[in-house]
Amino acid sequence: MQAQTLYEKLWSSHVVHVEDDGTALIYIDRHLVHEVTSPQAFEGLKLAGRKLWRVDSIVATADHNTPTDHWEKGILDPVSRQQVETLDSNIRESGALAYFPFKDDRQGIVHVIGPENGATLPGMTVVCGDSHTSTHGAFACLAHGIGTSEVEHVMATQCLLQKKSKTMLIRVEGRLGAGVTAKDVVLAIIGRIGTAGGTGYAIEFGGSAIRSLSLEGRMTICNMAIEAGARAGLVAVDDKTIDYLKDRPFSPHGDNWERAVAYWRTLHSDEGANFDAIVDLDAAAIQPQVTWGTSPEMVAAIDGIVPDPALEKDPVKREGMERALQYMGLTPCTPIKNIAVDVVFIGSCTNSRIEDLRAAAVVARGRRKADNVKQVLVVPGSGLVKRQAEAEGLDKIFVAAGFEWREPGCSMCLAMNADRLEPGERCASTSNRNFEGRQGAGGRTHLVSPAMAAAAAIAGHFADVRDLA
Amino acid sequence: MKPFTRLDGLVAPMDRANVDTDAIIPKQFLKSIKRSGFGPNLFDEWRYLDIGQPGVDNTGRPQNPDFVLNQPRYQGAQILLTRDNFGCGSSREHAPWALEDFGFRVIIGPSFADIFFNNCFKNGLLPIKLPAAEVDELFAQCFNATGYRLNVDLQARTITRPDGKVISFDVDAFRRECLLNGWDDIGLTLRHADKIREFEARRRIDQPWLFA
Ligand code: SF4
Repeated sequence: MQAQTLYEKLWSSHVVHVEDDGTALIYIDRHLVHEVTSPQAFEGLKLAGRKLWRVDSIVATADHNTPTDHWEKGILDPVSRQQVETLDSNIRESGALAYFPFKDDRQGIVHVIGPENGATLPGMTVVCGDSHTSTHGAFACLAHGIGTSEVEHVMATQCLLQKKSKTMLIRVEGRLGAGVTAKDVVLAIIGRIGTAGGTGYAIEFGGSAIRSLSLEGRMTICNMAIEAGARAGLVAVDDKTIDYLKDRPFSPHGDNWERAVAYWRTLHSDEGANFDAIVDLDAAAIQPQVTWGTSPEMVAAIDGIVPDPALEKDPVKREGMERALQYMGLTPCTPIKNIAVDVVFIGSCTNSRIEDLRAAAVVARGRRKADNVKQVLVVPGSGLVKRQAEAEGLDKIFVAAGFEWREPGCSMCLAMNADRLEPGERCASTSNRNFEGRQGAGGRTHLVSPAMAAAAAIAGHFADVRDLA
Repeated sequence: MKPFTRLDGLVAPMDRANVDTDAIIPKQFLKSIKRSGFGPNLFDEWRYLDIGQPGVDNTGRPQNPDFVLNQPRYQGAQILLTRDNFGCGSSREHAPWALEDFGFRVIIGPSFADIFFNNCFKNGLLPIKLPAAEVDELFAQCFNATGYRLNVDLQARTITRPDGKVISFDVDAFRRECLLNGWDDIGLTLRHADKIREFEARRRIDQPWLFA
């Protein structure tokens, strides 16, 4: 048989039907549901008199709107509360494999709870009405974000209409330097290929530096595949994948486990498989990264400077840079390390897993946040992450450093709840989007790794985590 | 879904790259559990000088006179001219809902983000990819002529400029059929229900751990 890429294996094992023009019906194994993009889909289903095709494919949680403090008070914003309650009643009516509602022990960000419960498994197709569904590709499953019409379509038919993507391999070879994390790798990748560089592709991340990452790190990389324009990111199965999944609640058990593992081990690109594009990065050359603009591709190394738009030849790009610098309140050629921050946010589906919190805690241990930093929020990705962190004493380290230890949720990643920036406030954030207004109208976001976010909190401005160690 | 066949419409130019869905419809409006009514908050942060809130009447809010869609010459525009990577970011379908609710039916640009591109077709909105040079010309013409209109014909897959030049565009045959007829995807897919069931039955045997 011809050598196949991982993407081709996943694709061909899910095709139900193909139209003449190549549009295919793809079977969906796992449907993750949250409160923001599902109400209109449930309503559409009801209005058409249709039922869920497969109840046991659905895993749901409330995460985008939920508050991260004073859970005893419930959800104060009535519009948010209605949205969360609408999800409660929709799931009550239609059923699900699992539902982790607001305040549940296992509630959390939809892209954190899937993997940690073993509800995301290699070889699956996974969808969710959220663009960061690409996260789950770290488990060699074909995972992507969909719109609400597609959510309804999957609910009603268990299938999605899709065109096959092109394939891109991004190889990161070599050893990452100390203090350089998965987040820095993916920001460096986006800096290289641009936010539209992966449009139309499924990106497989490979090479020794990717293999050296934990599943948490691989999730961080795949999470931001969408920020490079790719709907799906992928990493091949290896021993780490299998070890991670062993004994999770929804992982296979008994004989099924052995059968599953045997199949999962085939989920990698074959030797000699052909990709439509290949990009190579040298791991050793990647430095801790900080974004300076309003698009994730506007990124620099920590010892770099804010670029000068005057040097950009492409007029559309130049204008974009000028607009970004104006919005961000930055002058060209400012050293990144001279940029002071007002707020620090450690959380989001990109960086809220236990490993992320540990990395931030290493930097925070025995130190205090700088006086000019008004607030440092640490928001674990899920209830399970929260309790694990508390068992390790990380919460105490954060609190002693003057950071706030919160309840799980999306929080200041998109500021749909009360956690948001004021106009003009500057934030070092471990989330994934630095768009205008993303963390609150007028707020200014700089994307960094958890260790770099903690370093900025301590220094009061961006600082090289390697100098703090 | 509303069918789309042809449109002779006024063009508004959105001359910036990487317009993301957070900009198209800010997050506070995503709390709605409805599909309609997002038009008044389309591009809310650029369009108004204050900060918009859901459930609030927008008529008295201070408008940003510099924002392109607030300029008198673009009132009633149905075609949006854009730059690279339009619709990037969040998968929120509220973005096409807001564009459609505002009155747009066609978006023309050199490239679109994948999820947004898909979402458009589900809502009777036609996104058209053209080579960058063609888009540049359209921008130049649009800036130079008040009341600049284009004629878009989905059946023929053509855009006709006021100067008579005809530009052809590509669109997937299946999507074109659906849009021309206003077909509901779900209904179409359910014609293959037997095939789906068969596929599922096989999967249940091959990978039983995927089923509860
Ligand atoms: S953490 Fe942010 S990016 Fe992730 S699902 Fe929540 S809102 Fe979306």
